[in-house]
Amino acid sequence: MTKFEDEMLWNIKSDYVHRLAQQGLRVDERGQFDYRPIEIIPDYVTRPAGSAMVRMGNTTVIAGVTMDVGTPFPDTPDEGILITNAELVPLASPNFEPGPPDEDSIEFARVVDRGIREGQVIDLNKLSIEPGEKAWMVFIDLHVLDYDGNLFDAGALAAMTALNVAKVPKYEDEKIIREEVSMNMPIKRQVVETTFAKIDDFLVVDPVLDEEKSADARLTIATTDDGYICASQKGGPGPIKVDEIEQMIDLAFEKGDYLRKIMKDAIKK
Amino acid sequence: MGGHNPGIKLLDKDGKRIDGRGLYDLRPIKMEIGVLKKADGSAYLEWGGNKVMAAVYGPKPVMPRHLANPYKAVLMYRYNMAPFSVDDRKRPGPDRRSIEISKISRDALERIVMTEYFPNTMIEIFVEILQADAGTRCAALTAASLALADAGIPMRDLVAACAAGKIDGKVALDLKKEEDNYGESDMPLAISPRTGDILLFQMDGLLTKEEYLESLHLALEGAKKVSEMQKKALKDKYKIETLGGEDDKV
Repeated sequence: MTKFEDEMLWNIKSDYVHRLAQQGLRVDERGQFDYRPIEIIPDYVTRPAGSAMVRMGNTTVIAGVTMDVGTPFPDTPDEGILITNAELVPLASPNFEPGPPDEDSIEFARVVDRGIREGQVIDLNKLSIEPGEKAWMVFIDLHVLDYDGNLFDAGALAAMTALNVAKVPKYEDEKIIREEVSMNMPIKRQVVETTFAKIDDFLVVDPVLDEEKSADARLTIATTDDGYICASQKGGPGPIKVDEIEQMIDLAFEKGDYLRKIMKDAIKK
Repeated sequence: MGGHNPGIKLLDKDGKRIDGRGLYDLRPIKMEIGVLKKADGSAYLEWGGNKVMAAVYGPKPVMPRHLANPYKAVLMYRYNMAPFSVDDRKRPGPDRRSIEISKISRDALERIVMTEYFPNTMIEIFVEILQADAGTRCAALTAASLALADAGIPMRDLVAACAAGKIDGKVALDLKKEEDNYGESDMPLAISPRTGDILLFQMDGLLTKEEYLESLHLALEGAKKVSEMQKKALKDKYKIETLGGEDDKV
């Protein structure tokens, strides 16, 4: 499609989303603050130390946690290393293109990373092998398979589930023995992210793609299971108001607990 | 952030910060407008230990051409840190952090700049961080708005930015480098001062809801002060010197 046709189609779709929003309705007839049906499959792929697939409506994300041994950063010599990457592969959407990560995939990876890093999810001290010399490196790789909006929440949930089921391999005589487990991933906190879209003055949770693209603004709030907010990110050109942020914080905790329960149930199975 | 605090005290027993400021004080800020010859608009900003140069080019033909939008001007925003802007040399060119900052900064300006006046053109905003001392994205955006105004680009408002954070358990305005590194949280924010709308907003670190809201209000007040300085800097730059007489007053 040419830019012009694309733009025309989006203008029509966006009009529709906005007209519904004015009546307090959503394109998929969901409640204002309802998530789409969520399915979590822990250990979806078995090669890495941990993995999970999350389906949130039609949005599908796989997270893989792989472990390697590397040199710790000089400013944190007795800590392991966390690295998060995201790939928006072309099979997931007509608008994803092959090639190096673009700003959307970088933002996606960084927002998921921020929640997990700042929420101090992993006890990185326990991943030190030899202070200043060797430490475990935890790679979280997010792979989007089907993109229908709200990658942040689905990605964060997939990453957290994968971390929760991940096992740290044995390390002996300078070698990683992947067949043997030395311990479970040391998890300190459970962090999930809740994303809101603002369409005119109508706030919704878990926007689908049509809502996400028509929205004026987007706000993601990461919450912990012990009552902290550990990351936030606004996106989109439109404004948000202070009182809207206040409202979204309360909702983020409520929805966060809901997501944590679904995750816990999925892991238990 | 992340609590890597090797026993560094960020507040002394009188509650003063390492540079002698109180919790709610901004660092000294200096703004200069129209400092570059070639750019259509430019601004230089010193904000504590930050030194930032912003330039605006355009509206101009869109390159590459397929990015042209028949409804509005395309905004480009490039936040870039000079290799010598930080203690350890920064590898030249955009890294992941710069790309993210550029994206959200462009978003913040998207509806402020009246892009609908200039379809099929682009407006380029370049910000170079020459010396970094925490809060660079706020300093960059504050300088960028001044450069846009200097370029004569119509805008709905003059975007102002400021950050708040948490150090030694207390919410504080406008963190400097050591406070950012060893503090517990950072919350950069940009506003449209006329409406109080929040245009850029990020946060990391661990905060309770109360601390989060306190931080938010503090950053908002900080941005309003920055906004007053911006207006003064622009008025000073474009002050018309006359020979006197009541009618000549602007």
